[in-house]
Amino acid sequence: MSFDAFAQQPKLLYLLQGVAAFAAVVSLILLALHRGPVRSRAAALLLLAPALLLLTVGLLLPGLRTLALSFTENGGDSWAGFDNYVWMVTDPRALVALRNTLAWVVLVPSLATSVGLLYAAAVVRSRFRAFALLLVLTPMAISFVGAGVVWKFVYAYRPAEAGQIGLLNQLVVAFGGEPRQWLVDSPWNVLFLVVVMVWTQAGFAAVLLAGAIRAVPGELTEAARLDGASPRQIFWRITMPSIRPTLLVVVLAQAIGTFKAFDIVKTMTGGQFGTGVIAHEMYDQAFRYGETGRGAALAVLLFVLVTPFVAHQVRAQRRAA
Amino acid sequence: MRFGARLALAVTALAALATACGVPQDSGSPSHPAVDCGPYARYGKHPGAEVTVYAENRDREADLFEETWADFAYCTGIDVQYEGDGEFETQIQLRVDGGSAPDVAFFPQPGLLERFARAGKLKPASAGVVALAKQGWSADWNSYATVDGTLYGTPLVANVKSFVWYSPKFFRDRGLSVPRTWSELMAVTEKVAASGVKPWCAGVESAEATGWPVTDWIEDVLLRQQGTDVYDRWVAHKIPFNDPRVIKAMDTVGSILKNDRYANGGFGPARSMASISFQEAGTPVLSGDCAMHRQASFYADMWPKGTEIGPDKDVYAFLLPGADPADRPVLGGGVFTAVFADRPEVRAFQEYLASADFANARMKKGPFVSANRGVDPANAATPVDRLSIRLLQDPGTQFRFDGSDLMPASVGAGTFWKGAVDWIGGASTRQVADSVERSWPSH
Repeated sequence: MSFDAFAQQPKLLYLLQGVAAFAAVVSLILLALHRGPVRSRAAALLLLAPALLLLTVGLLLPGLRTLALSFTENGGDSWAGFDNYVWMVTDPRALVALRNTLAWVVLVPSLATSVGLLYAAAVVRSRFRAFALLLVLTPMAISFVGAGVVWKFVYAYRPAEAGQIGLLNQLVVAFGGEPRQWLVDSPWNVLFLVVVMVWTQAGFAAVLLAGAIRAVPGELTEAARLDGASPRQIFWRITMPSIRPTLLVVVLAQAIGTFKAFDIVKTMTGGQFGTGVIAHEMYDQAFRYGETGRGAALAVLLFVLVTPFVAHQVRAQRRAA
Repeated sequence: MRFGARLALAVTALAALATACGVPQDSGSPSHPAVDCGPYARYGKHPGAEVTVYAENRDREADLFEETWADFAYCTGIDVQYEGDGEFETQIQLRVDGGSAPDVAFFPQPGLLERFARAGKLKPASAGVVALAKQGWSADWNSYATVDGTLYGTPLVANVKSFVWYSPKFFRDRGLSVPRTWSELMAVTEKVAASGVKPWCAGVESAEATGWPVTDWIEDVLLRQQGTDVYDRWVAHKIPFNDPRVIKAMDTVGSILKNDRYANGGFGPARSMASISFQEAGTPVLSGDCAMHRQASFYADMWPKGTEIGPDKDVYAFLLPGADPADRPVLGGGVFTAVFADRPEVRAFQEYLASADFANARMKKGPFVSANRGVDPANAATPVDRLSIRLLQDPGTQFRFDGSDLMPASVGAGTFWKGAVDWIGGASTRQVADSVERSWPSH
């Protein structure tokens, strides 16, 4: 299986055509802007046109198609009205996915951010700050799939009479406990999956928050200290209000990412044992079971749920800018 | 200037790399000494033609397939491009929807094949394939790839699922004999349990397919208790999933699998099986920590390296018995070939895969079972493969296909598997059967 330039020729040709088309469009626009009457609104529109076109083809149309599919069944063969949405709020399996997604969205941002904040506050004045942040950031370099595989081993179960291969159960056994099926016992298994996501995300929060804490003016804390404030008071009264905008950005970014949690669930339990989340259930329904309508309905729900978070994020950024 | 120079260097390097990689590979002719192309003459010559194959088999299984059809490819001039993907079941739909369907696909489930046939994506089998199918397989086997009276594919692989793997030495040491009826099986079970060893091993963890070994157990017992007619009607949903006869079969399985005295040997309490992968679940048979492991013929590949299979070797298998010794119900599974393209080279390849020649050639390379009447059991790689082929070829065998593979995917690969796991975890039979019945799609 070596790369054969000759056999790949058609693809290279497409690539060439694409590049040529792109160059042509850009030069046309530039030409039109250069020659034509310079009216800023028209110029802006012209410049935006390619992006708008791509957004329409790549985002808007598929989105509308998904919306249409969510009202059909049998892979789009017949109309189903609101059946798929009714299914979503009545089917026990779908309800489990909704419940778990809620748990994820509440737990992951709050845990990841608080762990990150505590860590950042602890190391921010230390001499080894850079190294400490690097340590906590390392899990982020691992893909969610990789993290899932690693933690699957941590949670591995062997009965008491057999030798343990999982770290967690080895610890339990070492302290005289009975090994547990961490990934099987519902509903606690959802928490053990959440831990994995927090493990990968806390570093991101820690790094951003450490930056924000360092940006708090030294005079402020200095003045507070002179006024006799305890470190705890300084943290809650000075540091926290100063880093609030960053805190909000971190929490929102985590929440948006958490809604889409898929890889960890897929690698660790495959949505079994009552651990499904919306994104995973959507994939199962649409692609494994051929229930395209149900999958599309879940996709629409996910979109609706994420929208306020994204909107808020955009507004916050605009305000900051 | 500096940027330009660097760019030029980069382009030159890339071009050199591309040329280096593009050096034509040895085209195969010298490495094919003395291939007898006579048997392949009937498939014609298709110089320069290419056929793409998409399937779930990877690694060694994929290599064995490729080695098997190498001569066919050489003699007909067809370049067979094989691609194996562990995510076949989900990706095939994306490939077809995206307009890049493979020429040939190996479907592990008839239900999935049917979905594509109904959507008008698959090409009906050619007259040549229909003739080969009639000659090679029983009407039953051919019915699985037939949709609304049209044959779409042929069975490529067959698995016999109703085997109980055991250690002949363990049985000999304890004076146990291979059970021929269900009551003898239960007598052996009780005798082993009384001696302090858990008689049964089972593991049902299989990533997102977790639970399927339990559904196989239930199907096997239903087939034995109620016969093929009730089984067929249950699979087709002509009787409800939670019919009392099904509940009875589930409770019978539960009396073994949900019983801490009987399972799970070598791995602790019965409910531990949800965490134990089906591949490793049988190993305690070798150490004498359990006596029996009900698992398919393909489990032969999953014993630790060096395990010998045979009536007087490390492990062997017997057919899960029925009510009386003459009963030979066999639960099985299979993989089916079907085509998305109608080109002559694709047809030639489909016909070759449907021939007994292919199955016999594949069997000579390693473990493989085919239900083709034309295969010679003498070519089988293991004694269990040989036994499987004999069972499949025996007209007295009442063969039935794995029910969960025939049910709608949202049940067969969804609620039934999940329900089975809940059931092992402690949920009641009634509760699980009712919830699977409720999940049956109405359309």
